[in-house]
Amino acid sequence: MTWTWFHRLGSPPYIYRLAGRLTPWFGWIAAVLLLGALFDGLVLAPPDYQQGDGFRIIYVHVPTAWLSLMIYTWMAVAAAVGLIWRIKVAHAAAAACAPIGASFTAVALVTGMLFGKPMWGAYWVWDPRLTSELLLLFLYLGYMGLRASFDDLQRADRASAVLAIVGIVNVPIVHFSVIWWNSLHQGSSLSLTGKDTIATPMLIPLLLSMLGFTLYFLAVVLVRLRGEVLRRERAASWIGEVVAP
Amino acid sequence: MPEGLTPPLTAARLVITRDLTLAFRRPEQLLHPLAFFVMVTTLFPLSVSPELSQLRAIAPGVLWVAALLAALLALEFLFRDDAQDGTLEQYALSGQSLTWLLLGKTGAHWLLTGVPLSLMAPLMGYTLGVPAAASAGIMVTVALGSLALSFIGSIGAALTLGVRRGGVLLSILILPLAVPILIFGSRATELAIRGEAYVAPMELLGAIVVLSFTLAPLAAAAAVRISLE
Repeated sequence: MTWTWFHRLGSPPYIYRLAGRLTPWFGWIAAVLLLGALFDGLVLAPPDYQQGDGFRIIYVHVPTAWLSLMIYTWMAVAAAVGLIWRIKVAHAAAAACAPIGASFTAVALVTGMLFGKPMWGAYWVWDPRLTSELLLLFLYLGYMGLRASFDDLQRADRASAVLAIVGIVNVPIVHFSVIWWNSLHQGSSLSLTGKDTIATPMLIPLLLSMLGFTLYFLAVVLVRLRGEVLRRERAASWIGEVVAP
Repeated sequence: MPEGLTPPLTAARLVITRDLTLAFRRPEQLLHPLAFFVMVTTLFPLSVSPELSQLRAIAPGVLWVAALLAALLALEFLFRDDAQDGTLEQYALSGQSLTWLLLGKTGAHWLLTGVPLSLMAPLMGYTLGVPAAASAGIMVTVALGSLALSFIGSIGAALTLGVRRGGVLLSILILPLAVPILIFGSRATELAIRGEAYVAPMELLGAIVVLSFTLAPLAAAAAVRISLE
């Protein structure tokens, strides 16, 4: 088995072209999946016997909350790869992840608040899940703040990578907070190993929506990655070939 | 171990001795976090209510937030002087393990800020209507919490070396990571004030201390090397 395909991922011109080719695929499949998931979830799925129609916000809330953690993990892994093997593209990928992850965290918080008002009677409660998700948002903002405060790109990359790796301790805390502490937030409905605690007609649109949001994230992160690569490589000669009209 | 190197523990001890000696030559600097802590604490009787029963109820939170802010304020100066006069560079070039040297440096920082804060905390608690019997509990929890904060904060201090307006950034980076310390610390203090057993949150606080003590110097050493590049 050769690793050339993997090594080529570290090359800015290659990743720039690859990202450009992949973006429409991810984007269009995401659009189809999301439209289907929303129609299935908002129209076809039956109302919940306890939560009525209010539960339908999970088709946005669960995927964004799940992605907020997932993106942080990917960001930290990309940062670690960049720090250890000194791969510039990995740093660019981590930088591209941060604003998207922060947006997903904010959307998860806002939809959670809208969900909380009819279910718990309050937009915000100081609950472990909510608090740790808020801290995740602060971590994203701190990461972006640290990155923005250096003029030297290399130092910004490496310093923010250390922060991303240190901050990953928060990810299991958010994920397990519902189990560890007595939380108002309901437990997870999805499980890879055990039985899902959600009815199949409600589950299918949820899975579609999670897949759709993940592909949407991939499409957006590739666009951002191309931007990062262009900005970082603006002095390189290959830029002229791809950008020239 | 290569020839001519001091054993890591001895090197860490030498760093502690050096930092303590330097600090005691300018003792007025040691008073700044303490004065800040006292002033923040006195703001609460003035802003909330001078009623002791009310103050007693919020005392754990007030003491911990004030101690956390005071410790954060001090963290900004953890590496600053040594980075400016080149000492940190010499540490990195010395061939000694930078991790151990920073362990010593952060330990010295805790002795100079965390320990005085933990001694002052029961006193300020007393002014908030906390019974004197809770003094030992408050002292131990604040001492442990500030130790963990010093180590976690050393990462942030190393990352923000040479950054304009680094102090604010340092707080933004460190506060989300310091929240568990605040939660368990103020919980232990609350139980101590009520005269109940506070061992359970103390043990969690101890676990955070062990985790930060063992892992944070590694990250701080990496961060210092990055900022020296």
